[in-house]
Amino acid sequence: MKHTFVIYVEDKPGVLNRIASLFRRRAFNIESLTVGHTEQPGVSRMTVLVESDAHGARRLEANLYKLVNVLRVHDITPEASIYRELAMIKVATASPDARRHVMQLVDVFRARVVDVAPGAVIIETTGTEGKVNGLLEVLRPYGVLELVRTGRVGMVRGAESVMVESPEAPRTIRLPSDDDEDVSYSV
Amino acid sequence: MSSIKTGAQIIWEALVNEGVTTVFGYPGGAILPAYDAMLDYPIHHVLVRHEQGATHMADGYARASGKVGVAIATSGPGATNMVTGIATAMLDSSPLLCITGQVGSKVVGTDAFQETDVTGVTLPITKHNYLVSHVDEIAPTIHEAMYVARSGRPGPVLVDITKDAQQLTTELRWDPSDVKLPGYRPDLSPTPDEYKRAAEFINGAKRPIILAGHGVLLSDATTLVRQLAEKAQIPIAMTLLGIGGVPASHPLNLGMMGMHGEAWVNQAIQEADLLVALGMRFDDRVTGNVKSYAPNARKIHVDIDPAEFNKNVKVDLALAGDLSDVLQDLLPHVESGGRKTWLSTIDDMKGDVAVRDIQNIPDSGHLYAAHVISDIWRLTEGKAIVVTDVGQHQMWEAQYYHHEEPRSLITSGGLGTMGFALPAAIGAKLACPDKEVWVVAGDGGFQMTMAELATIAQENLDINVAIINNGYLGMVRQWQEFFYERRYAATPLLSPDFAKLAECFGLKGVTVDKRQDVVPMVQSARSHEGTVVMNFMVEQEDTVYPMVPAGADLHDMIRRPSLAPIVETANDE
Repeated sequence: MKHTFVIYVEDKPGVLNRIASLFRRRAFNIESLTVGHTEQPGVSRMTVLVESDAHGARRLEANLYKLVNVLRVHDITPEASIYRELAMIKVATASPDARRHVMQLVDVFRARVVDVAPGAVIIETTGTEGKVNGLLEVLRPYGVLELVRTGRVGMVRGAESVMVESPEAPRTIRLPSDDDEDVSYSV
Repeated sequence: MSSIKTGAQIIWEALVNEGVTTVFGYPGGAILPAYDAMLDYPIHHVLVRHEQGATHMADGYARASGKVGVAIATSGPGATNMVTGIATAMLDSSPLLCITGQVGSKVVGTDAFQETDVTGVTLPITKHNYLVSHVDEIAPTIHEAMYVARSGRPGPVLVDITKDAQQLTTELRWDPSDVKLPGYRPDLSPTPDEYKRAAEFINGAKRPIILAGHGVLLSDATTLVRQLAEKAQIPIAMTLLGIGGVPASHPLNLGMMGMHGEAWVNQAIQEADLLVALGMRFDDRVTGNVKSYAPNARKIHVDIDPAEFNKNVKVDLALAGDLSDVLQDLLPHVESGGRKTWLSTIDDMKGDVAVRDIQNIPDSGHLYAAHVISDIWRLTEGKAIVVTDVGQHQMWEAQYYHHEEPRSLITSGGLGTMGFALPAAIGAKLACPDKEVWVVAGDGGFQMTMAELATIAQENLDINVAIINNGYLGMVRQWQEFFYERRYAATPLLSPDFAKLAECFGLKGVTVDKRQDVVPMVQSARSHEGTVVMNFMVEQEDTVYPMVPAGADLHDMIRRPSLAPIVETANDE
């Protein structure tokens, strides 16, 4: 199954390389990875989507914690979370009719047209992978000239924050186990 | 006195401040400023003959002393030559600090002369690494690197310092609180509930066995492991790197487990109802087929690295923490116990093997590696530091040299690095100059790093080198014998006359090919001041028994054939 990891890291040169290298050498395949700044200066946040069983996900979490620059790892898969990605799609509009139809579809999907040129429009959309896939599917017959997707970002619902405590506070790592029972030990 | 220093000076200020007295290295362009500054500091620099040697020496130094070993090299080829030694230290959790020079920061990324992306190259084989391109970062980075190398699960850390950072000046000030490692948490400890459960497991077990690994030595937990074993009457099996963690002569010590462990040790593990794994990682050489491994046993795993839990073998209880701390807190909960039935069952598995002695075999005119190693053991009373290479001799050493003291077997376990022994022994000797140090190496591995004999000569060291010379890459030949129909592809090996070779380096060299000459030779080498290279011409097609073929069940061993000349040592049938 797909696991979504939120990883807080120190914003230092080479950290992305360390994370990517870990996934590669432990034979995990990254489906998508996004990284950006956070509410805390010097701290970056990654959202990584990985195909793995529960055992592999726990092992990955433990290995991520071995990286000196990693502050916090949270597998938000079991939590009630919001997932989004952003896509820009350049679609051919060979005729005014085609353009009209495309604009109608954009409305239905609550996407936006952000650029109009003779023969093509650029559509911006935000949503789950499913929504983006759905929009893509209906646009394909018109001719998708170019597509860019950011990959998944995620956030757990509710008032709590993944990084709510200071980095010095104790953290809990879950024990890797086959049957993902909630075994944990404090650190 | 002004506290304005060059970056080069700050490197040494920081190292001296960390208590470093000995470094192993090789100069070159990008590290020249550091070498120039070194002359003004109380540092013993050992000039190696190849940078791989520097890392193995630092590794041997670290394993013998428990301190961080320091290796230095220049950029490009100097740094890439270190790769094997760094990977060796990584797999065996050995604390190493490697300092490399880097081309000037203005030309980094231009394919400048002797430029290599060393932090990139070593990223997956270091615990952590740093590229330092500013003089102000040098002191905090070196202190941080030393801390990371030795704390938690130890490992190699590399600091790559650009030439201009070494040349520029800054005010030297050092405050330990400058080290900010918010994500690095080596201070793990189990919960009270986990201690309780561990004690319940142990107290309720009828056939428990302790599996002692390298962590016992790294955590200085040797006494505590003994206390646990003695209090609860639990026998102990050791991994290759765990050897020395418990004295070989201790009645509860069964010896080495795994691929070339004695059959009764593996049999005991297979029949156990509880494994207490202490600072070991269930390597495939230890478990054999994991599906059939210790099928009836509950498993407790104590390790400082949570990523090891359930990696190879699924465990029932995992305690994350420093082994010494964990055992300290666990011991009061453990009940004193007699497990006479279990201990006598294991004794029965041994049969009378344990009381037989290799010395009682009649001399058939053949010299076997086991004779040589057994004689060295007997004469040194199991108290020398023995540094082994990788291959058949390594396993025979583990079987026939009975180590009585911690940190007395130094060997490349995880990576299995041939060429490790000679340089690592140099490091061990410099860490423990008053200790007797032996190298036991094969004719193959010895030739990989034998240039370090020159380092021994230049440093005027007293090391006894036993080359177990069988004219083959013996362990590979053994696999070819068992699994490739004796097709000896590229394993017959021509060697120089090692005795003459030693003389070329100004060392003493001898060749021994008769069994009765072994004892007098070992005695004379021990009394000789200076290094003696002993070329032992042993039986060519000898085999390490018993053996669990790779991936086979642990109890499914290839036993010693009954007619084998060393049968009396351990006929485990």
